[in-house]
Amino acid sequence: MKYVIIGNGIASIGAIEGIRKVDTENEILVIGSEDSPAYGRPLISYLLAGKIGPDRLALRPQEFYEKSIVTLKLGITVTDIDIKARTVSTDKGESIEFENLLIATGGIPFTPPIPGSDGTDVYNFTNLKHAQVLISKAKTIKKAIVIGGGLIGLKAGESLFDRGVDVTILELSPRILSLAFDENAAALAGGRLAEVGLNVKCGVTVKEIQRDEEGNLKGVHLTDGNFMQTDVVVIAIGVVPNYSLAKDAGITVDRGINVNDHMATSADNVFAAGDVAQAKDLLFEDNRVIPIWTNAYNQGFCAGKNMAGAKIEFSGSLAMNSISFYGLPTISVGTVNPPEDDDSYEVAITLDEKKKCYRKLVFHNNHLVGYVLVGDIDMAGMYTAFVKFQMAVPEDARKQLLSGEPDVLMWPDDFFRETWNPETKN
Amino acid sequence: MKRVYPDKEYCIGCHLCELACITAHSKSKDLIIAYREERGRDGLSPCKKVFEKGDTCVAISCRHCDEPSCVAACISGGLYKDPETGRTVYDRDKCVGCWSCLMACPYGAIRRHPIEAKIVKCDLCEGRENGPACVEACPNQALKYEER
Repeated sequence: MKYVIIGNGIASIGAIEGIRKVDTENEILVIGSEDSPAYGRPLISYLLAGKIGPDRLALRPQEFYEKSIVTLKLGITVTDIDIKARTVSTDKGESIEFENLLIATGGIPFTPPIPGSDGTDVYNFTNLKHAQVLISKAKTIKKAIVIGGGLIGLKAGESLFDRGVDVTILELSPRILSLAFDENAAALAGGRLAEVGLNVKCGVTVKEIQRDEEGNLKGVHLTDGNFMQTDVVVIAIGVVPNYSLAKDAGITVDRGINVNDHMATSADNVFAAGDVAQAKDLLFEDNRVIPIWTNAYNQGFCAGKNMAGAKIEFSGSLAMNSISFYGLPTISVGTVNPPEDDDSYEVAITLDEKKKCYRKLVFHNNHLVGYVLVGDIDMAGMYTAFVKFQMAVPEDARKQLLSGEPDVLMWPDDFFRETWNPETKN
Repeated sequence: MKRVYPDKEYCIGCHLCELACITAHSKSKDLIIAYREERGRDGLSPCKKVFEKGDTCVAISCRHCDEPSCVAACISGGLYKDPETGRTVYDRDKCVGCWSCLMACPYGAIRRHPIEAKIVKCDLCEGRENGPACVEACPNQALKYEER
């Protein structure tokens, strides 16, 4: 097989589309351990909340795979990669030869050791099966504890709450959304959740899960000494790269699978992309694991092109999150919490608590390197342009950015012309 | 493929392209009804936006990029490239209103619908006999619809 892709998530879709940009003929085989067509993973919170039905989960229509000459092997798990023989083995006993392999196995839920967590009614919330289980569970339960006040935890909590469950979200750090957002944004988002009726407790987590003699879940002991009754516990702390397959095959891994600027791993003709990969970062010099949707697609797309023989460099990952809390939209891009002791960063903040409107711009060496918007998010893309294209921001331009009115006329003339009104090709 | 190219040397900032856009995307196809009724009632809004800075202005909308950031960012499959036409297509029914595309598009060409959890994005007036309405309406040839 010319192209084999392990994993059927968004990096895999990116890879298929990348390969087809270069090679429209040779067959692609996708092996996915989940038994469903590729779905928008973030959509599981919409599904659990009852906002969409299962019919809206698929990322691409069935004919996409036919047109792209893709064979899907779903519900099948790859158990071994032999980088010398260039084969992968599956749990169905098959051995499949590859010319080019993409490892896009994503992340697995990070589960800290909590006494009592082995047993019934402790769940994760990272895949469709988890959502389906929680949907049926929600019909009979009254209370849920969610461990983790990051994006996954908040969305899991919100969705269960929408199903009529009394939800408490526990976050160990002093505030929710500590990674992707800053204090002000987190306070506005937390305020919105509280208004609606979700309980969010920060600076506290579960010390032990209490069960009765039959092993039934009774409640949780918290680190502050309190006990809370609950019917289920959802552990939603985050994901870690699912790289054991690569590591066992002798492929170099660090925090994730190491890849070069062409998304190639240490093994010949083996590539990696998405939440499992440690790849070039746009804003920093080093390679990082940035488990973010857009990066997964872009890395897959770049890997796909390289697998098909094009020599394309990955432009670099850029952290970005867009998430709404009961009608309060929030967007965060790039570096939003610069190191406090580093004077080379400048931060500008506009906050209107009444209107629930917030804007934070982070500058570094006369460049915009990150921003947070809450409430009024409509100009987000125009800010993204400055971060992504790394355009210098002179003093007068900075004023315009600070006033919330970035636009394309601020771009350097040549870049503007090239982008919007290029010369006619002859 | 043919795309709409704005020229800031010729744009006079009259906003006629925006009006033509909402008319073309209205139910009534009538400028006055579209502007006075559908705009307020249905949240009808233009896919184009005119930016002005001093004497310079330009009207921008979706570039239908070859490798669009919005498609990479879309979590619902609501944005995709049509391999046959090259257009960046928006499937309104699939969209969940997460605003990821709006965040990812560095050209600021995607906007929130004023009422619904949907986006507003140029579709190059798909199916319209005379091509994009904005280009037809532009009085100073500042918008060109052509292959480049």
